[in-house]
Amino acid sequence: MTRTRLAAIAAATFAGALLLSACGGSGDSGSGSDSGGSNVVGDITCVDGSIKAAGSSAQANAITQWITDYQITCEGATIDYQPVGSGAGVEQFIAAQTSFAGTDSAMKDEDLVAANERCGGGPAINLPMVGGAIAVAYNVEGVDSLVLNPDTLAGIFTSTITKWNDPAITALNPDATLPDATIAQFHRSDSSGTTDNFTKYLAATAPGVWTFEPGKDWVAPGGQGSKGSDQVMASVDSTPNSIGYVELSYVLYSQVAKAASIDNGGGPVEATSENAANTISGAEVVGEGNNLALKIDYAVSTPGAYPIVLVTYEGVCQTGLAADQNPALVKAFLQYAASDAAQGDLIEAGYVPITGDLLTKVRAAVEAMS
Amino acid sequence: MATTSHEPTTTRADPEGISGAAVRRGDRTFLGLSTGAGLLVLVVMAAIAVFLVWKAIPSIQADSANFFTEGQWLPDSDPPVFGIAVLLFGTLWTSIIALVIAVPIGYGIALFIAFYAQRRLASTLAFIVDLLAAVPSIIFGLWGLYNFMPYVVPFSQWLSEYLGFIPIFANSQELWTKSILMAGLVLAIMILPTVSAISREVFVQVPRMHVEAALALGATRWEMIRMAVFPFSRPGMISAAMLGLGRALGETIAVALILSAAFEINWAITEPGGNSFAANIALKWGEAGEVGRSALIASGLVLFFITLVVNMSARWVIARRKDFSGAN
Repeated sequence: MTRTRLAAIAAATFAGALLLSACGGSGDSGSGSDSGGSNVVGDITCVDGSIKAAGSSAQANAITQWITDYQITCEGATIDYQPVGSGAGVEQFIAAQTSFAGTDSAMKDEDLVAANERCGGGPAINLPMVGGAIAVAYNVEGVDSLVLNPDTLAGIFTSTITKWNDPAITALNPDATLPDATIAQFHRSDSSGTTDNFTKYLAATAPGVWTFEPGKDWVAPGGQGSKGSDQVMASVDSTPNSIGYVELSYVLYSQVAKAASIDNGGGPVEATSENAANTISGAEVVGEGNNLALKIDYAVSTPGAYPIVLVTYEGVCQTGLAADQNPALVKAFLQYAASDAAQGDLIEAGYVPITGDLLTKVRAAVEAMS
Repeated sequence: MATTSHEPTTTRADPEGISGAAVRRGDRTFLGLSTGAGLLVLVVMAAIAVFLVWKAIPSIQADSANFFTEGQWLPDSDPPVFGIAVLLFGTLWTSIIALVIAVPIGYGIALFIAFYAQRRLASTLAFIVDLLAAVPSIIFGLWGLYNFMPYVVPFSQWLSEYLGFIPIFANSQELWTKSILMAGLVLAIMILPTVSAISREVFVQVPRMHVEAALALGATRWEMIRMAVFPFSRPGMISAAMLGLGRALGETIAVALILSAAFEINWAITEPGGNSFAANIALKWGEAGEVGRSALIASGLVLFFITLVVNMSARWVIARRKDFSGAN
């Protein structure tokens, strides 16, 4: 009797679980649709409705901040940005699952061809919106400022320079007391855009020392790998005589480590958002028309231009975004993103703003969207 | 009769009930559920194997290097170059170190709890060891990295200074953090509860008569353990070690945090380096491209087979020993 009941309960529970999991399997797909009227509040033009976007996790914090600001002002708008990674973000944009994509590297050639098709002829364009800087963080007691040039940096990160008092380092830092200690070098053990950009910089500026292909995975010998910028930062903080590369914001909040100045030939430049912004605004536009794909000049030697930078883009349809994916809201949101207020917020968040002529071009490209 | 009776079945003595031939709805339901549960495991295992093979094939075909002997892992480069040599080496090497450390200590804990400790102390200790198994592995990883590592570094330095003539303890880099030894130590702590809990279960099942007979014949406690406990428990002790090994082989996030993830085969356990299948998957999956993901799944397939072989050889050892140990 009791057993029968138990079995019945068990059977019912089992069936219930199956039903539940069956229900949970269906995710909602497709983008929001309802768009309504618009009104202007300060920098923000409010457009009702909802959009989906996905892509780069590097710019996720910036985009999330902008979305929060936008949605607080515009109650009728819902913007959903999923930090799924650049590759997946571009894929979803091309497959017309999202209204725009966030990507660490500008969409090129075959991606653009596919994206143009998705935009009904479009064209699809890249808009640089969020910049970043990579800082070389070091932890050496008693050394408050450190200058490195590309060859020395590449030497340290390829383990050909292994001591802090190596002549190459002391020559650049005549006033510093550098210890006779082994350099504990930390890099990323996971695949990352940070490694990609850092190795691109080394490959462009120190080709004689850095003889490896730049890429998302660390391939140089020696040193120690840590997972994520947070762990690299923590490793540098907790290991005496160490050095590593991280996004600028990490070293700004570190109690122990400091950021090295980089001397590309025009004198040492400190790692700050403002100095990095100078490099980004001086980058050459290699895209056509309103496609603002950039080519960063890593070898820049202008005083006050910090050279180890990266740019993340929004991949959008200049025209031809389907009406049910709410082109008006995309445009209004990007107008806000390119505003002085939104770009100014980037510095505080450890990002690098787009400035100068480049920002003017970005704004013009956003205005041309329809 | 079997369909309408309201009497409890246990009071009846008819052979029909004992043989299990009585078919009531509850029996049938339960038979169905338990058979289903049993089959479900097989179906899940088969589905995993099929999925892994299916997803792994494209990358293995695209690989321009030998999948088994190549040490680099660049599946998304053009052409793709990747192989499991380093991952296989690192996985086995860290797990072996973990086993060498954890198995003797685990047996020791189990013997102490089963034969030496007072009852109250024994149950408290058993509870605490079991609690260790409930700690999430990310906690072990972070704890190992920030709290444990500073204490291991002097130990590593001591090892390389005094035992450096043995190649595996040598350290030419003068760096002691993020080493295979470090990962092995943390893994050892993680598999300790598995090893000690299972061997404890086996030790307490040693027939009381054997134990008392040994003691009555004048054996000391250690002789009793050697003569009465070990022969009886050997299969269980082996399976305890093998289950520990299984956990060590597949451990992911703690190893990913601790190891330096270098793609080179380095026997020196105090130098930074090492890598493992599971850690590599965790580190590379997020940014991997199409071939990259397939390649990671291919490496997962290899780990799947290694774990299968480990478990099967454990079963084989147990089965071979069963006859003359008297267990089960």
